[in-house]
Amino acid sequence: MIAYARRTWIVLWKDLLVERRSKESLNALLFFALLLLFLFQFALGPDRERLHAALPGLLWLGFVLAGLLGLGRSFVAERDNDCWDGLRLTPGDKSAIYLGKLAANLVVMGAVEAVILVLFGLFYNMDLVSVAGPLGVVLALGTLGLATVGTLFAALTAGVRARELLFPVLLLPVQVPVLLATVSATQIVLAGQPLVDAAAWLRLLAGADLVYLVIGILTFEFVLDT
Amino acid sequence: MIEATGLRKSYGTTLVLDDVSLALPAGRCLALLGPNGAGKTTLLRILAGLVRPGAGRLRVGGVDALRDPDAVRAQVGMVAHGSFVYEDLTARENLRFWGVMGGLDASPAHLRERLQAVELEAVADERARTFSAGMKRRLGLARVTLGRVPLLLLDEPFTGLDRHGQKWLVEFLLAFKAAGGTVVLTTHSFGGGLAVADRVILLASGRVLLDRPTAGLALDELHRVYDAIVEGAGTP
Repeated sequence: MIAYARRTWIVLWKDLLVERRSKESLNALLFFALLLLFLFQFALGPDRERLHAALPGLLWLGFVLAGLLGLGRSFVAERDNDCWDGLRLTPGDKSAIYLGKLAANLVVMGAVEAVILVLFGLFYNMDLVSVAGPLGVVLALGTLGLATVGTLFAALTAGVRARELLFPVLLLPVQVPVLLATVSATQIVLAGQPLVDAAAWLRLLAGADLVYLVIGILTFEFVLDT
Repeated sequence: MIEATGLRKSYGTTLVLDDVSLALPAGRCLALLGPNGAGKTTLLRILAGLVRPGAGRLRVGGVDALRDPDAVRAQVGMVAHGSFVYEDLTARENLRFWGVMGGLDASPAHLRERLQAVELEAVADERARTFSAGMKRRLGLARVTLGRVPLLLLDEPFTGLDRHGQKWLVEFLLAFKAAGGTVVLTTHSFGGGLAVADRVILLASGRVLLDRPTAGLALDELHRVYDAIVEGAGTP
């Protein structure tokens, strides 16, 4: 168990170190987030009621698109210099690699989401501080749902020539329950209602997260060998 | 150490290996020679348990490789073309990563000692991105010797090495063999291959065309035999 935890940790450490040095994903994602904000601003205009109605969807559109970019690249480094084969040759349960990759993706996505949220608050003059707690819960569950499947499908499509096309085509249909629940729960939270009003959506979200996580852990070795 | 019988592998309609058999006892070195596309790398990947053959039998270290590829992988240290190097990590960080992943000793002292052994201690904290191909191969060799694997599989290990590097690699492999280790390497460097190998196998179009001990085999003779076989002038 300790060896498993150490292997999970070293994959997380390696991925974050590589990301910090290359800044490949973070730079692209932050630029992309800024671009989205400008586009939304122009598309929706100054009508605040319209903006508030559309905000939960826009927020998650930004998170999902940024997530697609970031998650899709999470196994590219493994394809360079045959590192993929190196991972296959390592002993022990390969799901430790999956969990390490998932944790690294969660950290990167969390950082990007935090920046997007701050920019949303500034751009649209919204008070997100008062709903930070409940919104954090919804974001955490939603991001976990996106990252669990995203990490698995990123591994599945890493060796495919058309991976940029195939990755979202595979990922988005599976994400329907997660997106439905997160957008609805975000809408409730941003309207200032208590978190308990979103309990049904959060239960659906937590259930989907658990199912996706278990599937990822159980199938990752097969994906790695395929 | 290795007993392979009738190995066969196809990718789609392309036959890559056809009825390949070989036997290699522990403590010996086998050099796989052959032109590009002969099937050398595929054979190496089958021996590592990374690729499953379409037909045939394979035992590595007494383990049935087709039934239990994980047990085979645990006995293997492999340096492939890419050497399993992360470009944005330093040499020391690369070793630390693979050491922990392999459940091996990744203590700073051991990593330093391994880096010294492959003459990379001076660049231990530089990113692998700045390394030459030869330095990456040395880093790959440092990685596979973090533990005590009984079998080394090396894909063209002499490529990219200067004369000093080639001499160093020959000495390194001879020492590994002397300690009881087994080596299978693919190479286009006949001199390097002959210097360490006890046996050569010449592959062409996925078939074994020559399998003989290197004892008494001169470099000139090997070149002549290779040219004769590969150019289709006849088999010796």
